[in-house]
Amino acid sequence: MTRFSYRNVVPSHIFLTTLLALIFSSFVGAQEPDIQKGKSLFNANCAACHKLNKRAVGPALAGVSEKYDKEWLYSWIKNSTAMVKAGDAQAVAIFEEYNKSVMTSFPQLSNEDIDNILAYTDFTPPAPAVPAAVATATSGGGDDTSSTFILGVLVLVLLMLIAMLYMVNNTLRKIAAANGIEIVKAEKDKRLPLWKAYVQNSFLVFVSVIFLLLSSAYFGYGYLMQVGVDQGYMPVQPIHYSHKIHAGDNQIDCKYCHSSARVSKHSGIPSLNVCMNCHVNIAEYNGEEDLEKGYTKEFYTNEIKKLYKAVGWDEENQRYTGETQPVKWVRIHNLPDFVYFNHAQHVEVAGIECQKCHGPVEEMEILYQHSSLTMGWCINCHRETNVDVANNEYYTKIHEELSKKYGVEKLTAAQMGGLECGKCHY
Amino acid sequence: MNQKKYWKSEVELDADNGFVTDLQHKEFVEKLPEDAFLGDQKVMDDSKTNRRDFLKYVGFSTAAASLAACEGPVYKSIPYVVQPEEIRPGISNYYASAIADGFDFANVLIKTREGRPIKVENNNEAPTNGHANARVQASVLSMYDNLRLRGPQYGGSPVSWSTLIEQTKEQLSALKDADAEVVLLTHSFASPTTEKLIADFLGQFPNVRHVVYDALSDAEALDAFEIAYGSRVLPTYDFAKAEVIVSVGADFLGDWQGGGHSAGYAKGRIPNKHHGKASMSKHYQFESNMTLSGASADVRVPSTPATQKQVLAAIYGALFGKFDTSALSKKVAAQVNTAIKQLKRAGKNAVVVTGLPSVDAQRIALAINELLKSRVIDTQHTTTIRQGNPSEVAQLVDDLNSGAVQGIITAGINPAYSLPNADSFSAAISKAKFSLAFGMKNDETASLAQWVAATPHYLEAWGDVAFKSGHYGLTQPTIRPLFDTLQFQDVLLAWSGSETTYHDALQSHWKSNILNGASWSKAVHDGFFVGQSPVANTYKDNPADAYNTLAGAQDKGFSLLLYSKTGLGDGQQANNPWLQELPDPISRVTWDNYLTVSKSDAEALGLWNETQSDGALNGGLAKVTVGNTSVTAPVLIQPGQAKGTVGLAVGYGKTAGIKSEMQVGVNAYPLYKNLSSVQSVQIEAVDGVHEFACTQLHNTLMGRGDIVKETTLEIFNTKDRSYWNPVPVVSKNHIETPVTSPEVDIWDAFDRSIGHHFNLSIDLNACTGCGACVVSCHAENNVPVVGKREIRKSRDMHWLRIDRYYSAEDTFEGDLETVDQINGLGDSLTTFGEMEAPSENPQVTFQPIMCQHCNHAPCETVCPVAATSHGRQGQNHMAYNRCVGTRYCANNCPYKVRRFNWFLYSNNDEFDYHMNDDLGRMVLNPDVVVRSRGVMEKCSMCIQKTQKTILDAKLEGRQIQDGEFQTACSSACPTGAIVFGDINDKDSKVAQSKESDRMYHLLESVGTKPNVQYQVKVRNTETT
Repeated sequence: MTRFSYRNVVPSHIFLTTLLALIFSSFVGAQEPDIQKGKSLFNANCAACHKLNKRAVGPALAGVSEKYDKEWLYSWIKNSTAMVKAGDAQAVAIFEEYNKSVMTSFPQLSNEDIDNILAYTDFTPPAPAVPAAVATATSGGGDDTSSTFILGVLVLVLLMLIAMLYMVNNTLRKIAAANGIEIVKAEKDKRLPLWKAYVQNSFLVFVSVIFLLLSSAYFGYGYLMQVGVDQGYMPVQPIHYSHKIHAGDNQIDCKYCHSSARVSKHSGIPSLNVCMNCHVNIAEYNGEEDLEKGYTKEFYTNEIKKLYKAVGWDEENQRYTGETQPVKWVRIHNLPDFVYFNHAQHVEVAGIECQKCHGPVEEMEILYQHSSLTMGWCINCHRETNVDVANNEYYTKIHEELSKKYGVEKLTAAQMGGLECGKCHY
Repeated sequence: MNQKKYWKSEVELDADNGFVTDLQHKEFVEKLPEDAFLGDQKVMDDSKTNRRDFLKYVGFSTAAASLAACEGPVYKSIPYVVQPEEIRPGISNYYASAIADGFDFANVLIKTREGRPIKVENNNEAPTNGHANARVQASVLSMYDNLRLRGPQYGGSPVSWSTLIEQTKEQLSALKDADAEVVLLTHSFASPTTEKLIADFLGQFPNVRHVVYDALSDAEALDAFEIAYGSRVLPTYDFAKAEVIVSVGADFLGDWQGGGHSAGYAKGRIPNKHHGKASMSKHYQFESNMTLSGASADVRVPSTPATQKQVLAAIYGALFGKFDTSALSKKVAAQVNTAIKQLKRAGKNAVVVTGLPSVDAQRIALAINELLKSRVIDTQHTTTIRQGNPSEVAQLVDDLNSGAVQGIITAGINPAYSLPNADSFSAAISKAKFSLAFGMKNDETASLAQWVAATPHYLEAWGDVAFKSGHYGLTQPTIRPLFDTLQFQDVLLAWSGSETTYHDALQSHWKSNILNGASWSKAVHDGFFVGQSPVANTYKDNPADAYNTLAGAQDKGFSLLLYSKTGLGDGQQANNPWLQELPDPISRVTWDNYLTVSKSDAEALGLWNETQSDGALNGGLAKVTVGNTSVTAPVLIQPGQAKGTVGLAVGYGKTAGIKSEMQVGVNAYPLYKNLSSVQSVQIEAVDGVHEFACTQLHNTLMGRGDIVKETTLEIFNTKDRSYWNPVPVVSKNHIETPVTSPEVDIWDAFDRSIGHHFNLSIDLNACTGCGACVVSCHAENNVPVVGKREIRKSRDMHWLRIDRYYSAEDTFEGDLETVDQINGLGDSLTTFGEMEAPSENPQVTFQPIMCQHCNHAPCETVCPVAATSHGRQGQNHMAYNRCVGTRYCANNCPYKVRRFNWFLYSNNDEFDYHMNDDLGRMVLNPDVVVRSRGVMEKCSMCIQKTQKTILDAKLEGRQIQDGEFQTACSSACPTGAIVFGDINDKDSKVAQSKESDRMYHLLESVGTKPNVQYQVKVRNTETT
């Protein structure tokens, strides 16, 4: 019973808030602030530095209109710097408290807009108390036990059947003996047993030996060929970094973080200051959850805390402590020392999508090695891929001459010399 | 029964021969050296491991190893927390800097990767000293020296810098109060800011006396210049302006007066034709030891120091109107006469230089140049890179011993090793009340001093240098100090009570005294700054007395000439394995110094050299005595050594602050009496054998004209190319066809007209054999150091070697004539036999040889696994991961340029050089793989560099300009002898040199069609 009552709480709550909002908007009329407008204004202008219930770059804004006079807030939001300069006591206090970080001025906001924002900050519904996780967690427990039970019963029944058959057989034999009927065993077949016939047939033996040898060679070769090939390698990283959330959900360009892929042979693992470009503001995760795997909001938020610890970010005071602990990531794509691979050549010159080699990274919750990274894999691509020569003056002359030589318009990487040993091995 | 007796050797027929009976009983007559590989018998007996256990262990470890190999190791990647803006992983940064270690002074570029310096390059924009010699090229490895001092010490135990500074300052003040004299002994800094700081320090501590000590002294030249022009400095030279050069004992292509003259010299040595006639400078060399300059000279006259003095006197006399060559032998006099004639003709375009350690000789040389009004010598732009004052140094040792000087501070020098009276100095320094040594190593001096101040390497330090008046260089750090070190200048500032760092002091000194309003940032960026022109010096000497002394010079017995080797110089980088393994350009000996003796003297004294059956060189020992000091050194018979003279290199025989592998050679400094490079000596043979590690024996070319082609300027100007640079011909259908013709080619030529086609051109006229390319190649390509033992087995790994050839006659021309005159088989056998020995005064040529990157490569066809193959861009590729080590390719290579990895040279205690420790491995180039055991390797024509250049052009979407393509050797070459480029770019330098009349290919008759070209060496034999 309790289970159901829990489920009812949520909709009723939502219903209640909408009702409240409705009442608010219908009864108070146009003069009263609009919470929905306030919310969108808040998200557009304030959310980069302010949270409702938590200190960020700036103070938490829930209930801010109760702390300060409305007129003061108007002028503060429109031009806080001027107030600090003018020496307004409250303004200077805030300025000092928040590491002297200057708040952006918003002269474009009207008083009405500000009212809307304040209405939103004052009227945030409390977060839903307990998620429905408990309900899902308890379901299905009985199924497991019942299936083992049924299996057990089945085994028992089968055992009983065997025992019964045995007993029936015994009884019948006894009856037969009593009736003087002799049970004659069927005479042994004079034919050769199958295996002996097989052994004597040298042709069959020959064929099957060949077959065995070939198949063992095939599987042996297959086994040896995958030695050192780490396709699908998916190590556990010190921080659970989800490419799905960053590159997939948030559409961050790969080269925003892996910037050296454009210029260097290494794509580069971003230094932690790059993470902090965004995460100085994003302290908690508010996106989708995957409860089955335990990827809850708390889980992700906790990973962000790991980043803060590594980079030495004091969230409370919004400043760097200087105590850093560099992150020891586990390297996934490992080429041997004797191979030279250059990201810039492929990413920038050839314009190849990262996904071509790294797979659907934007869908990977945990990153793994998508391609085999074997030489055959490289060579195949070089054979099939046409070189993008457009708008690159370096290629102009060589392309003209080579296409004349081969009599083709498009040239593959192989035709440009991309299969030569020394291009990658030195 | 058959009674026939079969015999393998006629010795067996002799029944009395005990050898034969021995052979019948055992396979080997001599006892096999089992002990050497089975070890101590007692240990073997005591061992609890029996054969079965051994097999178990082997089996288990093999299985474990193969199982472990299937599981890939886990690699960690640790990014920066905050990445510095200028660092992008995988991209090199270059910083301009300057080296000024008291011996070598140069403007350089430092290549750094991920924040660590990995290579030294030339700073081609610098107007002075922009070229790094072999030692400067190798200096980057000296920074990663595992034996460097980790921090300051007192009495051998670590202290903090604040303790050192406070307590030494107290001690200095106490000595000042007691009015006790303290000496500050340093090398020549030639650093304006340091000199100012020292002056300030001396102002504060008037009891301190500054003495400058150069391990290798140029004091006589300094004194002579002071007499002639009034200031104790050295003039500078621009040999590019010279038409006639007469060098009397000056190895100006070597380390003479600080070196750095070869670039200018080479400019005048390349005979480019203008209007059908080529000209080049004429170079006379009168010298005792065979030097780099002598090897490049047109006329080399072996002469004793006394003869050299007479030569100088004769030249001076002739210019002055007192022509007298009667004191000279006929042969020498003839050469002196033509030299005088040509000097007079060339006038202001001529120069006479001398390296004799005699003030008189130096004065006469200055006087001759003054009479000639030489433009080559520059007496206005003088240099202070040598300031050492031997008499003050001698006085200092006496004063220390007598107690007149009670404290001593040394900086950047190692007098306890390099002073001739090092014993006396060592005894004295222990007596001193206060002693402090600034240095990078716990060397001979540091181990005696109470206080040791660890200084940073120049790549970790700030600094400045005045190469010559108005021409400055700036040193900037390229990495944060690896250890807890402080610069000498920072300590000086701290003693003076100043809060500023040396960097700030440097900047403010430059802003107020040097830059004259120019930008400091630009000076740091460029690494050099050219300031105001100096004031003129006027000549005011009358060297009549010097002329008389020189004219009357006589030899007293044998003369010993102490010299610095291309590799080790004054010896401060003796712990650098690259330099130890660099073959001496002349003797081609590595890991050693030796007494060079002429052949006739060696025979008279009973000194010997012997070539072993495996090609290794052995030599006898000789005891060299100067006064009451003796040194026993191995002997090397040196063609071209003047009779009555011997040579010995300094810089070897160090014992402190140096790995045991690097403790080779003998210390010659004890013979360097009065810091004079010429000593009269007694020599006697001593029993014993010395094993050399020599990469090329003293054999000759034997008149083979297809390896080194030489001609004279006269022939070059008058005859057709086919006469002096013929293309070999082969007979096809009884028609003589040039080997370059496709008619006689068994291969189909590959079309290389599209894209890049790389060629390397080597001008034998410009190559002086300096070895900078060899070290540069080492650094760029992670070439391992293999050590003396392996080199002796001919297992050297140099991808690039500089072959040195002698002539059997006095000239290579003479050799060719001798060969032409051979008549019949008997004659050829005897003549060739005789021609194996080089002449007493041979001509010398240097020939840098690397993989020739043959278009029709013999190595490629014999590789069973196709590990070596040809690229369209002309490079012969070597895929190490494919190589299985059959070595067929090396056997089939006509140029012998392939190198086999007999061992694993990195991370192997047997090869305890730089690749055996984490610090030393930091110098490795991340773009080139470190090869493992069992694979063949060779020059790749720096494919990593050409690929990088191409990629940069692609990224920027542009064509590649000539000069962008470089190899490690071409970019290191100070003389421009090695030129690299794309011959499909018709305007490129290398394409033009391919069309030059002087171009030929090595062993062209083999038909390999190499992509490395050589330019015929032309010697100037003109006598008018």
